[in-house]
Amino acid sequence: MNGLLAHRRAALVLPPLLAGVAALAIWQAVVVLGRIATFVLPSPTAIATAFGTVAPDVVTAATATGTTALVGLVAGSLAGVAAAVLAARLRVFDEVLSPLSAAANAMPIIALAPVFNAMFGSTSPVPRRLVVAVAVFFPLFVNTARGLRQVSPVHTELMRSLDATGWAFTRHVRLPGAVPHLFTGLRLASSLSVIAAVVAEYFGGRQDGLGSRITSAASNSAYPRAWSYVLGAVALGLVFYLVALLLERLLSPHTRRSL
Amino acid sequence: MTGTAAVEIRGLEQRFETRRGSVHALTGIDLRIEAGSFVSLIGPSGCGKSTLLRCIADLVTPTGGEVLVGGVSARRAREEHHYGIAFQAAGLLDWRTVQRNVELPLELHGVGKRDRAARAAHLLEMVGLADFARMRPAELSGGMQQRVAIARALAEEPPLLLMDEPFGALDEMTRERMQAELLAIRERTGTTVVFVTHSIAEAVFCSTQVVVMSARPGRIVRVVDVDLPTRDEDAREHPSFFAGITAVREALRGRPVRGVPAGLGGDDR
Amino acid sequence: MSELLATQIAATAPVTAGRGGSRVRDGLRRSAMALLGVLVLLLLWELYRALGPQAGVEVGGQRVLPRADPRSMPGVLDVLRAVGEPEVAVPGSRSVGVAVLASAWGTLKMALGGWLLGAVVGIALAVPMQRFRLVERGLLPYVVLSQTVPIIAIAPLISGWGGRLQLTPTLSWQPWMSVVVISAYLAFCPVALGMLRGLQAPTAASAELFTSFAATSRQTLLRLRVPASLPFLVPALRLAAAQAVVGAIVAEISTGTRGGIGRLILQYAQQATSSPGRLYAAIIGAALLGLVAAALVSLLDVVALRPGRSRRPAPRTTPHPTPGGAT
Repeated sequence: MNGLLAHRRAALVLPPLLAGVAALAIWQAVVVLGRIATFVLPSPTAIATAFGTVAPDVVTAATATGTTALVGLVAGSLAGVAAAVLAARLRVFDEVLSPLSAAANAMPIIALAPVFNAMFGSTSPVPRRLVVAVAVFFPLFVNTARGLRQVSPVHTELMRSLDATGWAFTRHVRLPGAVPHLFTGLRLASSLSVIAAVVAEYFGGRQDGLGSRITSAASNSAYPRAWSYVLGAVALGLVFYLVALLLERLLSPHTRRSL
Repeated sequence: MTGTAAVEIRGLEQRFETRRGSVHALTGIDLRIEAGSFVSLIGPSGCGKSTLLRCIADLVTPTGGEVLVGGVSARRAREEHHYGIAFQAAGLLDWRTVQRNVELPLELHGVGKRDRAARAAHLLEMVGLADFARMRPAELSGGMQQRVAIARALAEEPPLLLMDEPFGALDEMTRERMQAELLAIRERTGTTVVFVTHSIAEAVFCSTQVVVMSARPGRIVRVVDVDLPTRDEDAREHPSFFAGITAVREALRGRPVRGVPAGLGGDDR
Repeated sequence: MSELLATQIAATAPVTAGRGGSRVRDGLRRSAMALLGVLVLLLLWELYRALGPQAGVEVGGQRVLPRADPRSMPGVLDVLRAVGEPEVAVPGSRSVGVAVLASAWGTLKMALGGWLLGAVVGIALAVPMQRFRLVERGLLPYVVLSQTVPIIAIAPLISGWGGRLQLTPTLSWQPWMSVVVISAYLAFCPVALGMLRGLQAPTAASAELFTSFAATSRQTLLRLRVPASLPFLVPALRLAAAQAVVGAIVAEISTGTRGGIGRLILQYAQQATSSPGRLYAAIIGAALLGLVAAALVSLLDVVALRPGRSRRPAPRTTPHPTPGGAT
């Protein structure tokens, strides 16, 4: 039994691990044997060496970007959930916000960064956080609103048979039913927040995060160093995603496990 | 016929407006259900049996006629918790434990925590799920979920239990076991039951009266009285069980019933 | 694994379903409400301009409310005026509005290229992933991973290729190619996941049916799996279009590619002190660009998913009888 379990785990972990190692090996071989210029693609070993020297800087920059992402994520999520609850109670609000959020889904929200820079001043950390907040607002709103709206007809009939309407219905059926949807939205938003925080720096404003380090290293032709910061951004994105996943597992126990 | 009937329906009409015009779901329904009886509503798809049940439950408002439940209007009966209801889909709340699902009606109607727990424990004992109180619905089989739903319907000791194909999604074996359990529960509580089904055997085995309906528009064709000597597993092999089945089947086919002792004309076209 | 995608796909579909009434009337009402929403936002903007503090509000040294002065927050009319003014003070200069439209068109072309490339790569990845379990196991985690991490961070690195990488003796790497590649990189993930999910959508029973016909794997793919994948592929393509637009804009900014809206936004942002309205005109251009891209992909809906076919992946819940229904 135990052996079987170990075997299954190996079958799950081994292929991606092998694929990853193979990809790295091919990458290294192509770069070294093909004499690829570093500006095209530095070799994994070159990136690793560079990472070793700039690791503290990567951590500092990642902390700055991470703070931006976290503050924006929390603010945007709270606003998104609040708006969804309001939309579930007030039809007009729903009718105004739903098409807007559908449209916003197609729009490049990060392009708002320079606008917020102009409004708040480009030395302030607020513009970037606001970009993140606006970007995460929509997945939270859309998913939570869908969860609140998706009530099984049998529950509707049950609650009516129990003469439970209004707030009791919201509290016992709507809100708990929406929790898994909310966490799905949060999971999407968690990766989105890091992406938005990194990209917002490309539009100017305060230059202390990963995004600006990547650009400045690239413009100095320090490509392995730039890739080290990219690595930091990837790690930061993963951390955010995994924390959101963990929160979901802890706080939404009845969610269908699918990942 | 004296005293207050559990359910009294007079001249009930039900139309639904759809995009393709008006659908006459129920017409000219007159039905009196005595307290303590077990009445099944049976008929082909589209005969309005579920709609009729929903009219009694005040989940649907009839377009004509009158529905009295326990002597008061269906609406008042709902607001005063005169009935409990179980649906084909158990309709449990996934995020609540089994026990808290059973407690839901009590919680909504302001029963204290300790009383709720005691009542839920008693009901779960009765449906044989005492050991599963802390589990979540998703961890239970379909039959077990349905038993939780029945326990929930009985939570407030309602004088009337409404059931809409509660065993429709279960396999035959589980189904027969659930029927027996339902009868045992009813024996103990004395609840009047109105039961929608499309299984003739289920209707005959459980009921004191089987209301046979026809479709387009939905109406009552006949009320078949069923008189079984016992309501245990032996009853399924008793001649009167088969006689009841024949009577219901013939009523469903719309042929006159002749020489069937269990058949008793209650209504006609 | 692809539940994440499913929810993203669902998120791209309009939320409010028809609540009865004719479809045309519903559509009109929805558009009217959306317009109302925009008007309310504009009104709030003007209200803040009129009543808000000129220097904003600072709490603990951080500005938490924006500056209401006309340079930071130009009025709606200022923006409209900026659209009409010439871009540079030279006779014959194109107007800002024309510049915005031209740039948006430039970005749309690059995004379209990225979207196409991403779609081809995504589909090309999904087919072997469905066919060979080992390929799926090896690749899928990375596809999912690349959706959850800020891949777009490499944009400034790919931009370094511009003008320096010699493809063939006569053709060197053009900056716009970097934009297309980055845009494609963002677009391929949803397509790969959506297509994979769609190819896996047929039930075991359907697959067994094809086996019983002794159908070749190619026949099974073309007659069963590909048709079944369309309801999943189309929303994935829609999501990919939005991603491609974002990718193109960000790529332009970090590559400095001229002729696109992203670059124009940066350029106008630098002129914000002298002519604040322009920046907003460019932002509106970017928003329109996103909508146009989405609308273009929506045309696919009409072509690929004919009326009468399910427009969305079938829900897994069992249907419940409605009160109005039979029985």
